[in-house]
Amino acid sequence: MAKLILSMEGLVLKEITLGKERVTIGRKPHNDIQIDNLAISGEHAAIVTILNDSFLEDLGSTNGTLVNGEPVTKHFLRNNDVIELGKYRLKYINDPAIAGDAPDFEKTMILRPGAVRPMEAPKDHSNTSLGMKAPASAAPVAGQAPAAPAAAIQLLNGANAGKELELTKTLTTLGKPGVQVAVIARRPHGYFITHVEGAQFPVLNGKVLDTQAHPLSDHDVIEIAGVKMEFFFKT
Amino acid sequence: MKLAEALEVATRTDPGRVRSHNEDAVFGSAEQGLVILADGMGGYNAGEVASGMATTLLASNFGRLLKQVGHCQPLAVDADTGKRVSHRHIEEEVASANSAIYNTAQSQPQYAGMGTTLVMAWFYENQVTVAHIGDSRLYRLRDGDFRVITRDHSLLQEQLDSGMITAEEARHSQNKNLVTRALGVDPVVEPEIHDYEVEPGDIYLLCSDGLNDMVDDEEIGLTVQTLAANLELAADQLIQMANDNGGRDNVSVILVKVRGDFAVPRGWWQKLLAWLK
Repeated sequence: MAKLILSMEGLVLKEITLGKERVTIGRKPHNDIQIDNLAISGEHAAIVTILNDSFLEDLGSTNGTLVNGEPVTKHFLRNNDVIELGKYRLKYINDPAIAGDAPDFEKTMILRPGAVRPMEAPKDHSNTSLGMKAPASAAPVAGQAPAAPAAAIQLLNGANAGKELELTKTLTTLGKPGVQVAVIARRPHGYFITHVEGAQFPVLNGKVLDTQAHPLSDHDVIEIAGVKMEFFFKT
Repeated sequence: MKLAEALEVATRTDPGRVRSHNEDAVFGSAEQGLVILADGMGGYNAGEVASGMATTLLASNFGRLLKQVGHCQPLAVDADTGKRVSHRHIEEEVASANSAIYNTAQSQPQYAGMGTTLVMAWFYENQVTVAHIGDSRLYRLRDGDFRVITRDHSLLQEQLDSGMITAEEARHSQNKNLVTRALGVDPVVEPEIHDYEVEPGDIYLLCSDGLNDMVDDEEIGLTVQTLAANLELAADQLIQMANDNGGRDNVSVILVKVRGDFAVPRGWWQKLLAWLK
């Protein structure tokens, strides 16, 4: 479950679990998180939690609410976001990897109607059944894996001899469509060449390849559709 | 052209890098013009039971249906409902699979609460009817334009639709795993069904969220386009990309390439021509 760590000038004051759907923050005593300081409005902000996601809302406070230094009125909270209210800081912690209830999550469950009441819209949730599949974690997609070092190929013969092509894309195709095509895939742990189409297979260092992907090493010589090229790592 | 010649189908399913079980199930047949993908949910191995039941039941029931040559005219309009015959068949078969999974879950405690997503595509007469439940998707590549055709039945999609959350925020949501419709969790379920015209050269991708949660749509589209000439390799590459990015979920893909026209010959002359071929 997500939590907030309340601190002031580096001093941790309190840890609050976001167990309720709506947690209010303000100076007045009826707030879930009361901060008795004149810079804080009576009803300053609220955090609405819908299952595993939380949204921060400024309730029209006098001095405003900042997240990671930027003023916000409504904000979708991410792990490690820092909310600032006057001199007070609230750090939002919601890391699926360290969540204590993770094992239960993995076991997957179906939530029945009424289990979720999203704020504002959509209203027609009452007749909706919710199924929960084991989560695949929510870390941002793509660009996650460590990238392979930069590499390129240089054409060794033909009209474009000497021309260099940097392998910046995940997939780079080589050859003539309809005649012979091979692809170089850039993967986290290196570059791989695979035959795509055509009766002829690519030749790697004088050896004809099969249908499988082959790893490329520095200064390998590839031959596709009569064109020779050299693969090399850029340093 | 016969369906078996007009369509090329590649199917793959992989447990990914983290999970020990594969709760996804796939079925694909160019001959029948039928592809089915299901992503199961439920404790222990119940998820794979649900997805396995869904694909097996639908494939065998449709197989029987499609063998009744002449009786099955998916494009015709059903007199009772005013909808296409294909819709009626899908609704009936999905309802029957739903009951089977639901009843199994009700009667056997170890399967209590199991369910599955579903996305299926039925190709006939230059048309495709797409049905889906949950967050398994169908994408289409046509003339360089790659886009998602289905709309997820998920909490996140509802939040996106209502403007509560932006697409960028949705990428970071931890509610990605919540579907608002599933097969086998309630006594009745309503599949979302739509028809589309098919054009030669189209490539259709059906996938479980293990792919689109791990790989950007743009990257998926580029891969399908780049490797269009080799469908099997494209399917392998998609699985590999999901795994290279972490492979946190089971990942399944079905690719369908349309090589040519597959209209059913109508008049006597066309029938004769088709027969002579």
